[in-house]
Amino acid sequence: MTQNIDRDLQRFKHIVKGKVRSNLRKYVTHGEMLGRKGREVVSIPVPNIDIPHFRHGKKGSGGAGQGEGEVGQSLGPGEPEPGTGEAGSEPGRHVREVEVSLEELAMMLGEELELPNIVPKGAETLVAEKDRYNSVSQVGPDSLRHFKRTFKQALKRQIATGQYNPDRPIVIPTRDDTVYKSWTTVSEPRANAVIIYVMDVSGSMGDEQKEIVRTAAFWIDTWLSSQYRGLQKRYVVHDAAAHEVDEDTFFRIRESGGTRISSAYERIQRIIETDYPVADWNIYVFQFSDGDNWGDDNNACLSILKNHILPVSNLFCYGQVESPYGSGEYLREVRRIAEIFDNVTTSLIEDKNGIYGCIKDFLGTGK
Amino acid sequence: MTISTYRPLPAEIRAIQDEMEAIAASYGLDFYETIFEMLDYEELSMFAAYGGFPIRYPHWRFGAEFDELMKGYSYGLQKIYEMVINTDPCYAYLLSCNSITDQKLVIAHVYGHCDFFKNNAWFAPTNRRMLDQMANHAARINRYIDKYGHEPVEEFIDACLSIDDLIDPYAPHIVRTAAKERKSVIPGDEQLQAPERKFQAKEYMDSYINPPEVIAKEQQAQQELLERQQITRSFPDRPERDVLQFLINHAQLREWQRDVLSIIRDEAYYFAPQGQTKIMNEGWASYWHSTIMTGHGLTDAEVIDYADHHSGTMATSPTRLNPYKLGIELFRDIEERWNKGQFGPEWEACDDAHERERWDKQLGLGREKIFEVRRIHNDITFIDTFLTEDFCRKHKLFSFAYNDENKTYEIESREFEEVKKHLLKNLTNFGRPVIRVMDGNYLNRGDLYLQHQYEGNELKIDYAEDTLTNIQKIWGRCVYLETVVDDIQCLMTFDGHEHQRAPLIKN
Repeated sequence: MTQNIDRDLQRFKHIVKGKVRSNLRKYVTHGEMLGRKGREVVSIPVPNIDIPHFRHGKKGSGGAGQGEGEVGQSLGPGEPEPGTGEAGSEPGRHVREVEVSLEELAMMLGEELELPNIVPKGAETLVAEKDRYNSVSQVGPDSLRHFKRTFKQALKRQIATGQYNPDRPIVIPTRDDTVYKSWTTVSEPRANAVIIYVMDVSGSMGDEQKEIVRTAAFWIDTWLSSQYRGLQKRYVVHDAAAHEVDEDTFFRIRESGGTRISSAYERIQRIIETDYPVADWNIYVFQFSDGDNWGDDNNACLSILKNHILPVSNLFCYGQVESPYGSGEYLREVRRIAEIFDNVTTSLIEDKNGIYGCIKDFLGTGK
Repeated sequence: MTISTYRPLPAEIRAIQDEMEAIAASYGLDFYETIFEMLDYEELSMFAAYGGFPIRYPHWRFGAEFDELMKGYSYGLQKIYEMVINTDPCYAYLLSCNSITDQKLVIAHVYGHCDFFKNNAWFAPTNRRMLDQMANHAARINRYIDKYGHEPVEEFIDACLSIDDLIDPYAPHIVRTAAKERKSVIPGDEQLQAPERKFQAKEYMDSYINPPEVIAKEQQAQQELLERQQITRSFPDRPERDVLQFLINHAQLREWQRDVLSIIRDEAYYFAPQGQTKIMNEGWASYWHSTIMTGHGLTDAEVIDYADHHSGTMATSPTRLNPYKLGIELFRDIEERWNKGQFGPEWEACDDAHERERWDKQLGLGREKIFEVRRIHNDITFIDTFLTEDFCRKHKLFSFAYNDENKTYEIESREFEEVKKHLLKNLTNFGRPVIRVMDGNYLNRGDLYLQHQYEGNELKIDYAEDTLTNIQKIWGRCVYLETVVDDIQCLMTFDGHEHQRAPLIKN
């Protein structure tokens, strides 16, 4: 049953989404949505929208109640509305949860940050649409008429209605018997892309830094997933040693230890070599760290980066979080390389509010 | 788009209805024909969001309400059992998934409401054909949407709804003398003469009852007021509580806007008596469902379910008086007192506790009395007349107040006078601030001057500012609001661009 209320409900949801959009920055920097996936629906708290009225404030308010208790006993801060004889006639201004799918959020984020829709380049199209003649239809052009099926159909009809005479086997298809070849559109992956996320989980990364990194990675992931279907993702965390982990672990893990970025690079190199032949795959690498590397490890890192990773990657992004402990020197090293390789992007994230800028730095290029 | 939720009532329910109707009538309840419909929760929520009506004008707030009801239900936080609307015939909606015991209770309860709607004086001026009226409103607003676009109409409705409580709930019952139209902004040459205002008196008493010097003085003051009004060209003559009507008459509006505003006003007046009689209405309906159910309706198997449900409805919380509970207990108290003759000067004068306890004149007037009460009272007069000290003590009523230092509500007093004062205060104007139009041509600039009648409760400032913004949208020119902020009399101003607040200097 279609109901009038649907119209009002849609309108309301529309208004609420407008609210979400205008407060997007706030939601993006909150880590609450981490670890959700694709079409999954997330609940976002938005301040209730209501129609303002003249109302009494708390000061000087009071009412009558019923029950036990000494004079002077506290009844709690209560809802903003003082108890009146009328129960529930005025709901207070409370928070409303809005359900939005992550995809929608990613869309909003894209519009908000004015991210370019990523246009896959030429033959690197990740997914191609192709028509395949693999079904039949009751309608179609004569050129696609399926003779065999048409006559089979006619034969069946004639037998069923008793018009078929085996001695004089003439089969005459009518209009209803005619069957046409038809097609369905199928998606075929033609080229492939993989994103490798690398995160530093060493001891110098405080909880706050980790939180920032996760949030940034999460939104990048969400945005890219909304842009490409059939995207492969790999996750690597490292301190002094690197491990490949699954998505869930990546967004939740807590570890600590020293830092050897080269361990992660070795891991990436291995992943690429074993699973993603360069000829068939587009490779994107996002690395997040506080830039505090084991002193003499830098050279090892840069050599792997230059010789094995950058030449095969479409894009290498390095995001560095400001940390009270980290020296942050690694950023300088990467920036130096960035002058040579144009597929390197760097971003410095100062604090939570920098996440927005970081996403823009990385994805604004549309590479 | 016509939508009908009508489906024949299941035979089982129909039988209960017939039974309950007969029992209710046998007690003397008097109601319009009542039509029950069974709805699933989604449909019931829709009706509830629409205030009980199947068709309302399009507005997101109904969607918001619906969303909230559906969520509350699916999370198991709340559940509406029944709805009944004040029309002739009465429509009542039952929730299809309720158990039979619940349906019985609800049907009995509904007949209480129906009787109340029909017989309570405060409902007398309401339109009993509101179903049609609401559909008519919807059609009109839909037409404006088609013609002027969704956004402008919705925006204007938002602004109107913001002040839909600035009405004069007593207006339908009183023919105000000031109802005559203001003639023109600038009166012509007609002589300004304040009318003589005298009390009626026999000729030989006249100089005593209407002393000439007093009359002359009054007339002079009146004359001065008139002349001052003449100079300042201010209107209305006396403060106007029906702000909506004032705006309809005097705001610079386009024809469709005026119509939308009057639609909002009509609906506000239709719903007002339900707010004015919440305690009585629910109390009355609860009184009857409990009387009918415990006297007739229940089978042995149903008693527990009934008791569970009934006590759920009557549950109280410290900071919110349950209107069902307060209402039913007051009605029972009145019935008992009039049965035993515990009223009148003799009773009032008696201060012997033992005697009062044993007091029973066997008058048996209780039933009759509560029927009378339900006919003439509203919540305020009901509490004012029948809340007694004994009742207060028996039901452990207390008053509470907000402690600004501790940021909590605290029990303030258990004194009868205090409790009653708080109760009445919260019922007055539905516990909302009273705002009146003082001047529609303030400073002779066509600005609107409103006044908040300060009674010790300050306004919520953020709300007040937002509301002023909306009034400014309707009025079109600068809007002022006189109120009290942080114990200082203030004038809030909104000129369409920015909000200002300054201490008020009265000359």
